[in-house]
Amino acid sequence: MRSPLVYTLSLSIYCTAWTFYGAVGYAARSGLEFATIYLGPTLVFVGWWWVLRKLVRIGRQQRVTSIADMVSSRYGKSNTLGVVVTLICVCAATPYIALQLQSVTLSFGVFAASGTYGWALPDTNSTALWVAAGLALFTILFGTRNLDANEQHTGVVTAIAVEAVVKLVALLAVGIFVVWVMADGPADIIARINGSAMAGWDLVPSRWAGLTFLSAAAVITLPRMFQVLVVENSDERHLATASWAFPLYLLGMSLFVLPIAVVGLQVMPTGANPDLFVLTLPLSQGQGALAMLAFLGGFSSATSMVIVASIALATMVSNHIVMPLWLSLRATGPVPGDVRRLVLLARRLSIAGVLGLGYIYYSLSGGSAALAAIGLISFAGVAQMLPAMLGGIFWRGATRHGALAGVLTGFAVWTYCLFLPSFGPGGVLPISVFLQGPFGIGWLRPYALFGVAGMDPLIHALFWSLTLNTTIFTSVSLLSFPSPVERVQGLAFVNVFDPERAEPQGWAQGKAEPEALLVMAQRILGDDTALGFFEQQAVLQGKDGYLPDPTPEFLDALERRLAGSVGAATAHAMISELAGRARITVADLMRMAGETAQIVEHSSQLESQREELTRTARQLREANAKLTQISVQKDAFLSQISHELRTPMTSIRAFSEILMEGDMPPEMIAHYARIINEEAIRLTRLLDDLLDLSVLENGTVQLNLKLANLSELIDRSLRAAGHIRPERRFIVQRDLPAEQIFLRTDPDRLGQVLINLISNARKYCDAARPELRIVVRQRGGRVVIDVIDNGSGIPRNKQALIFEKFARLTDQSRAGGAGLGLAICREIMANLGGSIGYLPGQGGAAFRMTLPLRLEKPQNEVAA
Amino acid sequence: MKRRSPVFLARRGYRLRRIRDAARLLPVAGGFLFLLPILWGPSGNERRVTASDGIYIFIVWLGLIVAAALLSRPLREETDTAPAGGDGR
Repeated sequence: MRSPLVYTLSLSIYCTAWTFYGAVGYAARSGLEFATIYLGPTLVFVGWWWVLRKLVRIGRQQRVTSIADMVSSRYGKSNTLGVVVTLICVCAATPYIALQLQSVTLSFGVFAASGTYGWALPDTNSTALWVAAGLALFTILFGTRNLDANEQHTGVVTAIAVEAVVKLVALLAVGIFVVWVMADGPADIIARINGSAMAGWDLVPSRWAGLTFLSAAAVITLPRMFQVLVVENSDERHLATASWAFPLYLLGMSLFVLPIAVVGLQVMPTGANPDLFVLTLPLSQGQGALAMLAFLGGFSSATSMVIVASIALATMVSNHIVMPLWLSLRATGPVPGDVRRLVLLARRLSIAGVLGLGYIYYSLSGGSAALAAIGLISFAGVAQMLPAMLGGIFWRGATRHGALAGVLTGFAVWTYCLFLPSFGPGGVLPISVFLQGPFGIGWLRPYALFGVAGMDPLIHALFWSLTLNTTIFTSVSLLSFPSPVERVQGLAFVNVFDPERAEPQGWAQGKAEPEALLVMAQRILGDDTALGFFEQQAVLQGKDGYLPDPTPEFLDALERRLAGSVGAATAHAMISELAGRARITVADLMRMAGETAQIVEHSSQLESQREELTRTARQLREANAKLTQISVQKDAFLSQISHELRTPMTSIRAFSEILMEGDMPPEMIAHYARIINEEAIRLTRLLDDLLDLSVLENGTVQLNLKLANLSELIDRSLRAAGHIRPERRFIVQRDLPAEQIFLRTDPDRLGQVLINLISNARKYCDAARPELRIVVRQRGGRVVIDVIDNGSGIPRNKQALIFEKFARLTDQSRAGGAGLGLAICREIMANLGGSIGYLPGQGGAAFRMTLPLRLEKPQNEVAA
Repeated sequence: MKRRSPVFLARRGYRLRRIRDAARLLPVAGGFLFLLPILWGPSGNERRVTASDGIYIFIVWLGLIVAAALLSRPLREETDTAPAGGDGR
């Protein structure tokens, strides 16, 4: 049933009862202008390679369910936009549906009045009501049988195709009857046209061009046209056939319009409604069967339009208004109950509601206005979607805010300049508004906006609404920023023919529970369909069973599948609930970023990342080197310390063994005992030093802070160190006045350092006349103490080592210590908040101590 | 006399691309032709002649349909590769 022919014929819902009856009336009133309503669509279809092909491809790829879905999906699956478009479509379609009711009612009236079958209708209003109710019932029965994926209604489409044949055959039959039976062929018709009031016609350039454009826009944006053109399309190749076959159909529908009009004007009594010539002309000639056929044709036109339009509108209302409301009203949690029944119910109610609105409009407007006028108002209403739609599929820069602002502006202008005035002066807008403008503001008169008077009202409204719409759409788009989802969707829409770039995935891996997804899908798609889909996806992933891994690919496919039933925005929201927010990866953004700025941004990002990595690597290298060094130091320390401990132990053991043998003179025993004692003391000192060092290094030393006079401290230290090699006489040079400094520090510890330095000088200074110089200076808040002797000093290559543990420059016998002294000094100075260093170039060994004048608190954190 | 054709590689692909160009141009040409009646407005007090204008419009219309039909065949082959929406249908 899905052939290019059926597709083409289903497109014929463009030709409604308005076309079927109204075109003749239109031609009778305005000559050839009626043709513009078909010329626009002809151009669009002939140029299918531009727009239609892209629309259909996008529609199939994104599983678009309606025009509102398409617009909302393009602009970041924004439901706000979906709601706005839905409302506009309902507003614009309502008069159109009223128009169909009116035409059916009128045609019923014609039959009833002619009395062929002797039945008369009580009044037209109740006819319209019955027709509306009947259509609603039919649409509900056949249009909402199931919630099919992608919203395709094969049965309805087929029925529409049949109806398309009926109306074409009917109109052609009437036309042939008129041309070859009532007149004598085409030549006679031309002669009649030239002889009639229709011989000449006024071509108003603005209307001619404007209406062609309007009909071209409407054929894309009318919800019912979008439904059959995009949503119901089952094969893109059908479009190639439709590109010429649909214009041909339109040509066929309009070929005999002019002849029927001209003959009708001649034959029918003056005052007869030209809108009904198709019906009344055969009747007047006694051709009841032909008139019946014509009536059927008109009825088919009306019903097929109403059915498709209400299905399209109901889909939009249920997907963009009811479902989001339901989703937000219920508490978060698993999707309860059977969503399909809810959606179907919403759809059925929407169909009834849409038809009810149409009927109300019909009753209110009184069915008085000429048919064509209502149709064109509706066209202009839906044409407001055109900028957002074309901008959305051709311009990646189009944003949601731009689309929303543009559509709302266009809709407002349309409502004010065309829709409300269509109820007639004094209908909705008071007459004063037409004459003086609202609140007396002249330039806001609905037919002369901004003072542009004298334009045809329809063209005036079309011009202003679309101009303002497009201007605001583009300028707001230029000024606003799209969200990531919007950018992804924009890319997918604009580059729909470039599959490499058009398929970004928005979902993060692994957050959703496949089972929860299955439960939700079952409630929307139905048990079997959902299970089948999940199984198929699992097989694609190479898994057994029904639960595929929630990969981004799977979530994408599922979202699209659900979008086919409930619309993109709702499907997105539902999956978001289970899978968390859609995540746009850097790769997606990269794919989108054709702009250099994006690349530059990214590369600078990489650059900074790289720098950070380099920094971290360097830090790690340094840490590693330090660790290695410390490990080496530790090993050296261990071997040193065992050596240091072993030497005194060895002599203690040796001498104690000798003592154990006994048989020795007492003085020898005393001598050996003294040696053992000395070695034990040395061992103890070594252990004390090690303990001291360990305490100092850990920073756990308790400092005994108090005020101390530096001069006294140095005196004490000199005295204490005096017992080291007391045989040497040192000349000590001091600057006593400079030493009169009161320090707040730990004097015992500082003294320890000083004693150590002075002792070293006494021990190692190898000058013949040893001198010791102690220089004290105050620099800012710090005190500098230099201890300098006149020996040969420390060789340059050893200077770095002297503060290390067990560092000894000479052999052990001379030193008599463990080589921990300077290491302890360094730690003490660090604990006192200062430092100690070797001072080269002083003509001997020189050490400089620096320490703060006032040490505020124990510097525990100065650990080694 | 046999016409010499220029040396050309991938003749078919080239022709196909030009057919696409033609398909894109067709609505432009059609729009131009449909708007043409605006230009030949009647001079003085004369009114437009409905019959001849009508014949012109219908001839252009038919011409567009024929051209579109001719172009649609090669283009149809190209639309072949369209994937279905995500899953098998």
